[in-house]
Amino acid sequence: MNYNWNWHIFLEPNPMGTGTYLDMLLAGLVVTIKVSVLAWIIALVSGTVIGVLRTLPSRTASWIGFCWVEFFRNMPLLVQLFLWFFVLPELLPKSAGLWMKQLPNAPFWTAAVGVGLFMSARVAVQLQAGIGSLPRGQKQASTALGLTTVQTYRYVLLPMAFRIILPPLTSEFLNTIKNSAVAITIGLIELTGQARSMQEFSFQVFEAFTAATVLYLLLNFVVVTAMRLLERYVAIPGYITGK
Amino acid sequence: MTMLGNLDFDVIRRSLPYLFFEGMRFTLTLTALAAFGGLVFGTLIALMRLSSYKVLGRIAGFYVDFIRSLPLVLVIFWFYFLVPYIGQWLTGASRPISVGAFASSLITFVAFEAAYFSEIMRAGIQSISRGQPAAASALGLTYAQSMRYVVLPQAFRNMLPVLLTQTIVLFQDTSLVYVLSIPDFLGAASKVAQRDGRLVEMYLFAALVYFVISCVASFGVRRLQARIAIVR
Repeated sequence: MNYNWNWHIFLEPNPMGTGTYLDMLLAGLVVTIKVSVLAWIIALVSGTVIGVLRTLPSRTASWIGFCWVEFFRNMPLLVQLFLWFFVLPELLPKSAGLWMKQLPNAPFWTAAVGVGLFMSARVAVQLQAGIGSLPRGQKQASTALGLTTVQTYRYVLLPMAFRIILPPLTSEFLNTIKNSAVAITIGLIELTGQARSMQEFSFQVFEAFTAATVLYLLLNFVVVTAMRLLERYVAIPGYITGK
Repeated sequence: MTMLGNLDFDVIRRSLPYLFFEGMRFTLTLTALAAFGGLVFGTLIALMRLSSYKVLGRIAGFYVDFIRSLPLVLVIFWFYFLVPYIGQWLTGASRPISVGAFASSLITFVAFEAAYFSEIMRAGIQSISRGQPAAASALGLTYAQSMRYVVLPQAFRNMLPVLLTQTIVLFQDTSLVYVLSIPDFLGAASKVAQRDGRLVEMYLFAALVYFVISCVASFGVRRLQARIAIVR
């Protein structure tokens, strides 16, 4: 291979005047982490609401949940980001559309909301399965004890279901981090984006992508380790994974 | 009211042949070939992972974990720049060889999807009871024969709904070749959108087409699942 390797490139100053090339990649990593965490919070909150709706006896509620999940699951994430970024501001009333377009950091907020809603459909499906896996006696016992529906979910079903679905939720969080890279298409300069601009400025393709790869692997490792600890901490006694 | 009045949906009608005969053909061909290649290599990786040679299992496991922790966009960039060098190395040419957009994306998606399909096939193979390969070897079948005639057909059949669901995900994921400015369906729509300044119409239409195809396909998978679930 006649490729000129230059691993010292990371310590050379970048053309943006923001320190070295390494600083550039680390800035991208920070954006990736910020957008993923925000997206994950959005996914967890809206996914929980939708997941609960899907398990309620009300026809309307489960229909709304069904539509939500099908809407966000059956379009590529890239297309969804385009809808939020390019299409929505044009369809809103003029003032609202203008506000969206002039928002500082618009790609960041669009990516967080877009990836968050995309992932919410998956969280909802997982949570529905988690609630469905609980013995029906749990719900009946709560009713017998005089708990309202809200109390039943708040104190009985959700705490159990979330602890059961923690492992799949971990992989969904990892997917959120990976999916944040799609936001490069609406101009968000996250980790992959920074690696790409480093490649364009310095022509050191493989160093740039190797560094981004290593940073993604590290991020993955940190998340997996943290979640394993959390899983052990909240394991339900009496279940296979419990103490 | 909004700007709906200013929309020109005729741009969609005018660009239909380009969108479908160029764009969608690229997307569907890429999806089908990548699914096939991903399944073949995925099955090989799964067999490596389950083989009694520990080294093979390690290598396969490492590959799967590695690919699955990277964003697809990054993997697309990786292969886009790497494939010409691999080609040079394989052919012994004096400079990196240029590979077409389609070949480059196909190699990327096969390599990427193989990791995901291998996990599905591994689950499928592990769902076959131990007695089956044992009976096969008692009948005198070799390892290859027992895999070919006994284990893999059943594993494939059991996992068919999951494999098809993964293929729908793959169909949606192929839209990411957009980052290489390749005219797949979304790329074609985007090209027309930018040429005619009709982003709203084209992206809405692209979203609708992806939505309808994915919905119909997943509905089909669900029916299939219901049909083959009764057999047991």
